[in-house]
Amino acid sequence: MTTEHIVNLTLNVNGESVSRAVEPRTHLIDFLRNDLGLTGSHTGCEHGVCGACTVLVDGEIVRGCLTLACQLQGAEVQTVEGLTESGAIADLQTAFHQRNALQCGYCTPGMLVCATALLNQKPHASREEIREYLSGNYCRCTGYEAIVDAIETTAKNRSAGKKLGAAANTTAKEAA
Amino acid sequence: MKAPPFAYQRAESLERACALLAAHGSGARILAGGQSLIPTLNLRLSQPDLLIDISQIAGMRGIRVDGNEMVLGALTRHADIEHSASVKQHFPALAEAAAQIAHPAIRNRGTIGGSIALADPAAEWPAAALAFDMSITLASSRGERRVKADGFFTALFETGMAADEVLKSIQIPLPAAGACTSFGELTRRSGDYAIAGAFVNACKTGGKLSATRIAYFGVSTRPVLARGAMAALDGSSGDAAASAAAQACLEKDLSVIADLYNSPATKLHLSRVLLGRLLNKLLAPSAVKPA
Repeated sequence: MTTEHIVNLTLNVNGESVSRAVEPRTHLIDFLRNDLGLTGSHTGCEHGVCGACTVLVDGEIVRGCLTLACQLQGAEVQTVEGLTESGAIADLQTAFHQRNALQCGYCTPGMLVCATALLNQKPHASREEIREYLSGNYCRCTGYEAIVDAIETTAKNRSAGKKLGAAANTTAKEAA
Repeated sequence: MKAPPFAYQRAESLERACALLAAHGSGARILAGGQSLIPTLNLRLSQPDLLIDISQIAGMRGIRVDGNEMVLGALTRHADIEHSASVKQHFPALAEAAAQIAHPAIRNRGTIGGSIALADPAAEWPAAALAFDMSITLASSRGERRVKADGFFTALFETGMAADEVLKSIQIPLPAAGACTSFGELTRRSGDYAIAGAFVNACKTGGKLSATRIAYFGVSTRPVLARGAMAALDGSSGDAAASAAAQACLEKDLSVIADLYNSPATKLHLSRVLLGRLLNKLLAPSAVKPA
């Protein structure tokens, strides 16, 4: 590997601009974990089957092991660390905790990121839709039922919360 | 499970990609969505010297209607097709098929051009290309040419593309009045490769089927048109007798081979079952495009 094969890469990760020189063969998941120290996303099967490495690229979920870092010049990447720090998925994480939707926890970051994308696209996703959307994320501990429960609970709470918020606004306006 | 070392060039235009491919020859591979290529690198099943990344070339991703055909840029992603209002309107079976390709995270990056150029016999798009009589536009430093999908898929993972050609776009003739289509696949789990899958595309006028095209995937060494079954259905109403006659042709039509879990006999049986279901679906009144 000569230096001519190194790619200079600038992208945005969890809201911060990051510049690194990478080997072309470096997968996004290894770039995040090894170059940036963001070890929340996990390396699983490394050939696109298990979903443990799921992260958001430009707002869409992708496999971190099937994406080369060097392809992401100018992209916006979000990992479970970014979603956690912003508080965007605090309710989803609480629901996972309360429903015991994780045991060993290996699949959990991928599950959370995948569920985030689903709830953004389909805020009222049914259990069937949740199961279908999660079909590419393997969990070897829970049997999935608790994970589906936690995501369904979050969907319901979010839509109820929005309704409450809307009702409160109406009341405030009426009061004014 | 890490990819071997390779050099990398990001092509900013199709012309540049063609020039790089012509200069580097068979040691170079085109990288689009990477959802099939990168696993083969990770598993060290392939070891190219150079990847030519076309994924950021402007204008090669998108769906538009141009005259009597729909044009899909080679970089159009499976998820783009799954969610396209235009595809749902003209080719609902293609939108339905897109949603069956692997999983959402893979559909967000994998491309139709990559899928057709790879010619995986278990993939949906090569069979769709046969069933919908698609054309494929190939570009190289020597110029462009347009070929029919029928005849393009020559053997296992082999196509009529020359070593210096890049797949640029795909054209699909818009459906005529009376057009009816159906799609289905049988899988063990959602997102798995199909044990057997097929598209049926026909025209129903005056109660008779014509121009019937049936293409299977996941059953043979390449996507395959079931020509005997197609002939058996043309001119018929698609009733039970015609359906049985078509099913009886599949053994000769498909050259079924085993996969890891299923014998040729099982796959042939399931191919027949699938055809029966797809014909029922095809002839449902709601499936036929009004005159």
